[in-house]
Amino acid sequence: MMTITKTIFSGFGGQGVLMMGYVLATSGMHEDKHVAYLPAYGAEVRGGTANCTITISNEPIASPVASFPDFAVLMNTPSVLRFEGKVKAGGVVFLNKDLVDVMPKRSDIEVVQVPVNSIAQNLGNPRSANMVMIGALVAKTGLVSLSTVVESVKEIFATKGLKVHEINAQAIKQGAAFVQKNNP
Amino acid sequence: MRGSHVIAEAATLAGCRFYAGYPITPQNELPEYMSGRFAKLEDATFIQAESELAAINILMGASMTGARVMTSSSSPGISLKQEGISYMAGMELPAVIVNIMRGGPGLGNIAPSQQDYFQATRGGGHGGYRTIVLAPYSGQELVTLTMKAFDLADTYRMPVVLLGDGLIGQMMEPVTFPEPVDPATLPKKEWTLSGAKGRDSRLIASLLLDPVKMEQHNWKLARKYETISQRETAYEPYLLDDATLAVVAFGTAARIAKGAVNRARKEGIKAGLFRPITLWPFPETELKTLAGKVKHILVFEMNLGQMLEDVRLSVGTEAAIHFHGRPGGIISTPQEIADVIIKLAYRHELD
Repeated sequence: MMTITKTIFSGFGGQGVLMMGYVLATSGMHEDKHVAYLPAYGAEVRGGTANCTITISNEPIASPVASFPDFAVLMNTPSVLRFEGKVKAGGVVFLNKDLVDVMPKRSDIEVVQVPVNSIAQNLGNPRSANMVMIGALVAKTGLVSLSTVVESVKEIFATKGLKVHEINAQAIKQGAAFVQKNNP
Repeated sequence: MRGSHVIAEAATLAGCRFYAGYPITPQNELPEYMSGRFAKLEDATFIQAESELAAINILMGASMTGARVMTSSSSPGISLKQEGISYMAGMELPAVIVNIMRGGPGLGNIAPSQQDYFQATRGGGHGGYRTIVLAPYSGQELVTLTMKAFDLADTYRMPVVLLGDGLIGQMMEPVTFPEPVDPATLPKKEWTLSGAKGRDSRLIASLLLDPVKMEQHNWKLARKYETISQRETAYEPYLLDDATLAVVAFGTAARIAKGAVNRARKEGIKAGLFRPITLWPFPETELKTLAGKVKHILVFEMNLGQMLEDVRLSVGTEAAIHFHGRPGGIISTPQEIADVIIKLAYRHELD
């Protein structure tokens, strides 16, 4: 197990990209790991691109910036074009199969495609697509445990009530199940 | 928790009950949090002023009443506040001033930078004053240093600067908070302007037309600064016991340097880190002592060499001083700094 991992989440505003990062960082914190969450910070516009970097480590974190992330969660095509080249050799990219219409050209990284929008749609809540993806990411990478993610999401959305939590928990589990079946 | 939120929460816990500011990126999350936090307190006031100038002058008035007060901004906004900071230094008014530095000069950009070191450590405004300057390097240190800043400001009756950058302000890390300080339990200030009923009236002014009085006042401030220099320097040593090369870095740069030192150690190079926590007063004596032992010092800053001058003043000819810096918001990687360390170690045949 690597002692330090960096994950980049990228997509357009509204896809819950920053929330995915926040959920992963919070989960790492609950497992007593060193974590850092760094949002991309620029002159951004509504509906424009959004990305953040999450560092999870067994040691204190020197830099929260990822030049070469281990994992990349790419929710739309522009994100693939931007981050494909940066992922560390041997790393894994997670693509939103419903919205990404290009395939990474590199052969030294693993590609996991998850139709997160379709899965979320079938669950009856299109907004939980990011939860499907975080389930897939965690099931594949083991960065944190799935149960910690579910608990963290419950905590983060505590004010939204039990119904929302049940949908989120379902979405996380379905994302995990999809990956376990297709990309074990 | 996001860095700028941590500062706002820690300030509240330290008993800060007055905030005045004007928005500027990348520190807007601080006043945003503060406005919500203060709305829940009965005895706290949040003011979004019409300008930076207004904010610092409002702060001046609030400080005169004895409250724990804070303002925050980023580089260009801090420049605008310098006049007020100078007045407050002259009037010996406590305040905490947060500068979340961005790239410059001018409006520059909104990326993390350490380009305001000169401005912060040399007073910033006119009149030959000083401010205590604290440089946090982690979320948890934002808690301790923000709270400490209020104590220092009250103890020495002067503005204290908390000098962070866009990265420390935007990054989220887990932190733990101590119990809140009840403002009512803080030592009573015997100099405040609170209405002269039943006592002699008091005057707080920076205008001292009589040259004799002005000179006496300047000597008084000088003695205060001397006391602070002797008592309040703080730094963190890291892997320095057997080091042959010491990196000197503060704030975000020190974090990156720590990672670089760890990488250099893995290559068998005896590198360590000297991290000033107070930038003024600068830990001169401690660094000079270290320089007698290590022989090579690498200063790393997110600017083109500002603390470097304080290192030179402290070290003199005790050790060879090298520099690596990136300005304008480029964040060096730990590997980049490790490569500089490794190159130096080979060039000078360090053990």
